[in-house]
Amino acid sequence: MGNKRIDEPTGTEFVGHEWDGIEELDTPMPRWWLWTFYLTIVWAIAYVIAYPAWPLVNKGTEGLLGWTSRGQLAQEISAADAARASFREQIAVTDIDKLPGQPDLMQQAVAGGAAAFKIHCAQCHGAGGGGLPGYPNLADDEWLWGGDLKSIEYTLVHGIRQHDDPQTRQSAMPAFAGVFEPAQLDALVDHVLSLSGKGPANAAGAEIYTANCVVCHGPAGEGDRAQGAPNLSNAIWLYGSSREEIARQIERPRLGVMPRWADKLDPATIRMLAAYVHSLGGGEETPAMAAATAGTPAATDGANEQP
Amino acid sequence: MNSPEPVLYEKRQKVHNKRIDGPFRRFKWLVMLVTLGIYYITPWLRWDRGPYAPDQAVLVDLANRRFYMFGIEIWPHEFYFVAGLLIMAGIGLFLVTSAVGRAWCGYACPQTVWTDLFQHIDRLVDGDRNARVRLDNAPWGPAKIARRLFKWAIYLVISLATGGAWILYFADAPTLFRDFFTLEAAPVAYATVGILTATTFVLGGFMREQVCIYMCPWPRIQTAMLDEKSLIVTYKDWRGEPRGSVKKAEKNPGMIGDCIDCMQCVQVCPTGYDIRNGPDIACITCGLCIDACDKVMADIGRPRGLIDYATQEDCEAEAAGHPPKPVWKTLLRPRTLIYTGIWAALGFGLLFALGARTHTDLTVAADRNPPFMLMGDGSVRNSYTLRLRNMESRPRDMRIAVEGLPGAVMWTDTVGREQAAGSHVVNVPADAIRTVRAYVAVPAGARPQDFTFTLTSLDEQRESDSVETGFSAPGEQP
Repeated sequence: MGNKRIDEPTGTEFVGHEWDGIEELDTPMPRWWLWTFYLTIVWAIAYVIAYPAWPLVNKGTEGLLGWTSRGQLAQEISAADAARASFREQIAVTDIDKLPGQPDLMQQAVAGGAAAFKIHCAQCHGAGGGGLPGYPNLADDEWLWGGDLKSIEYTLVHGIRQHDDPQTRQSAMPAFAGVFEPAQLDALVDHVLSLSGKGPANAAGAEIYTANCVVCHGPAGEGDRAQGAPNLSNAIWLYGSSREEIARQIERPRLGVMPRWADKLDPATIRMLAAYVHSLGGGEETPAMAAATAGTPAATDGANEQP
Repeated sequence: MNSPEPVLYEKRQKVHNKRIDGPFRRFKWLVMLVTLGIYYITPWLRWDRGPYAPDQAVLVDLANRRFYMFGIEIWPHEFYFVAGLLIMAGIGLFLVTSAVGRAWCGYACPQTVWTDLFQHIDRLVDGDRNARVRLDNAPWGPAKIARRLFKWAIYLVISLATGGAWILYFADAPTLFRDFFTLEAAPVAYATVGILTATTFVLGGFMREQVCIYMCPWPRIQTAMLDEKSLIVTYKDWRGEPRGSVKKAEKNPGMIGDCIDCMQCVQVCPTGYDIRNGPDIACITCGLCIDACDKVMADIGRPRGLIDYATQEDCEAEAAGHPPKPVWKTLLRPRTLIYTGIWAALGFGLLFALGARTHTDLTVAADRNPPFMLMGDGSVRNSYTLRLRNMESRPRDMRIAVEGLPGAVMWTDTVGREQAAGSHVVNVPADAIRTVRAYVAVPAGARPQDFTFTLTSLDEQRESDSVETGFSAPGEQP
C-alpha cells in the first residue's frame, strides 16, 4: 500500500474510512484475544464431534463419546443405589420385629419407606397416609388386620383379597340386600349407630344384630382382626357413618382390595414401607415386642442426627 | 515518523532495596515476629472442651460446621458473629487509617510481611543492593543459574510453610500435620496447600510491590480516606529544597536545602518509590526512608526529620514557621473517636449477644398432610417434627412439654402411646440436634387452637425455649 497514512498523535495507521471528518484508526485485536477466539472454534468443533449436537430427522447425532443425559441419570441412580446397598441388605436380612432395636437401621427404613410410599401407595392412601373413603387411613389407630410391624408387613406381602394367593387377607361381608324389610334395616342401622354412641339403643335392631352380625363384629361391635371384621364401636368409618352409607354397606357391601406387593417389590422395600406406615402415628407394638423392649427403654432411645 | 512513540506501558523497575537499621526497621522486625508467630503457633494451641468436642483452640471445622475460638463455639446459624468480627476488622482498618495512616500497609499486611521476608532472603543469598544489582545485570551463566535456583528453592520452602500452616486451622493440627507427610490427608488439603504455595511464591517472590501498586483495592480506598489530618510519611520540601551537596551548601550559605540528594531514601524503599515526589499510592508508609534519612542527617550534622511521619496540615504549619501539633491531637479527633465508638459498640454488642445466647433451642414443624387424624376413640391427633438443639459439649436430658392444650397427651417415636403424657424427657446427644416425632392427642370434641411446646434442659442451667404452634381439628377456631 503506497498511500499509507499515519495519525500523528498516536502513530497509528488510518483504515481509510471517514465520517464527517472522523477517521478510523487501524488498531488490531490483541493477539492473545484472537488466539482465544480461534481456540473456542477448535473447541466447538471437537465438542460437536464428541457430544450429541446436530438435530436430524428422527434423532440427533450421537457423538463419539456416546454421552446421553439419560445415561448420566442412570449412572447417578445406580451410584445412589450402590451407596444405599448396605442398608438395604441389612434391612433385607433383619427380621422386622428386630428393627426398632436398631435405631439407625429403623431410621433408614422409615426414610426409604417414605420415598417408596409416594411412588406405590399415595395414589390410594393419600400422600400422608391419611386415606380416602374406601381406602383406609394408615395414620390413625384403627387397623382392620392389625397395626404392629409384623401384621403390616404381612398385609403388604400378601395383599388383600388377592385370589391367587392362598395366604392373602380375605374377608367377605355378606350382602343382605332383600334379606331385611325396610323397617328391620332401619332398626339395624339404629343399633349399629348406637354401638359408637351416635344414637339411642334399638331393641329390635339389637335382635337382628345378634342373629346376623355378632359372629364377626362381636357383641359390642368391637370387630375381629383375625377375620378383618371392622370395629363398629369407634369413631372411624371406612365407607362413611351416615344412615344411608351404613344401610348401603349392609345391603351391598363394598370390599376393598390391595395389591399383593410381593409381586412388585423386593422384600427390603416392603419392610421399609411397613416401617414407614408403622411410624405414621398409629403403629402398635406386638405383644412379644412390648415384652422385649419394656425392660430396656434405652434401646429405642437413640435416633438422632448430626446436623 | 516525526512523532514520538507513545508509551502506554511502563516496564517494571526492579526493586533492590538496601539494608537499613533504625527504629522503624526494628519495629517492622517486631511486627513480623508477632504476626508470623501468631500465624504459625495458633493452630497448635490446645483448649480443653471435654470429651465431645475437639481440643484445638482455634478451629474452623467445615466438615461438622462448627467454628471454635478458645471458649467460643459458633454454629452455622450464628454466623453473624463471624460477620460481626469481619465488620469490626473493617471498621478497625478505618480507625487505624484515620489515626496513623497506612500503618496496615506498612507493617501488618501479609503481602508486606512476606515481601519483607523474601527481600531478606534476597539479601542473605545474593548480598546487599549493589551485589544484587550486579548479579541481576550479569549474563546468565552456571553460577547465576545455581544461585537463582538456590534462592527460589528457599522461596518455595517458605511458600510451602505458608500454605501448609493455613490448612492446620481447618482440622486437628497434629493429626493433619502427620497425615500430610504420610500422604494420608484429604485431596482438598493438598490442593489448598498447592494453591497457597503458588500464590505465596508468585506474589511474595516476584510480584511484591506490584501487588500494592496495581492489584490491591485497599490503597485505592485509603486514598479516599486520608485527609490533611492523617499521619503520612512526608518529605519536608520547604526544608530540603533546593537540593545540593554539603560542599555546595558551604559555598552558597542559605541558598541550598538540607537534602543532599544521596538517594538513600529511594534505595531502602521496599516499593522503590521516591518519597520526595510527594504522597503516592506506592508509599506504604513503612518508615524505612525515615530511618535512612535520619542516619544521613546525623552523619552530616543536620537535624533529623527531613523525612518524617507528619500530617499535611503540620507540614504546612511548620513551613510557615509554626510549631508542630502534638501527636495526641492527631490521634484524638472526632473522626478517630467516632470510629472507635462504632468499633467498640460493635464489640460490646457481639460480646453481649455471645453472653446472652442460650445453648438450647427448639423448632417445631407441624405435619400438613394430613393436618389432623381422627382416632378410634374420637380423639384428634396432630403430628409434629421437633428439633431439639443441644449446643453444649455434653449429652443433656431435656423435657419437652405440651402447654396450653387442655386434656392433651403426647407420645413420640420412641415413647409408645401406652406411656402418653403431657411431657417427656429426651436425651439429646452432645453438640447435636435430635429430631423427635411427637404425636399430640386431644380428647373427643377438640377444636382448632394454639398451644405451646416448651423445652427445658434438666441440668443446673435450666435453659428453656418455647415455640407456639397450632393444633388442627375439624371445625372453626373458637
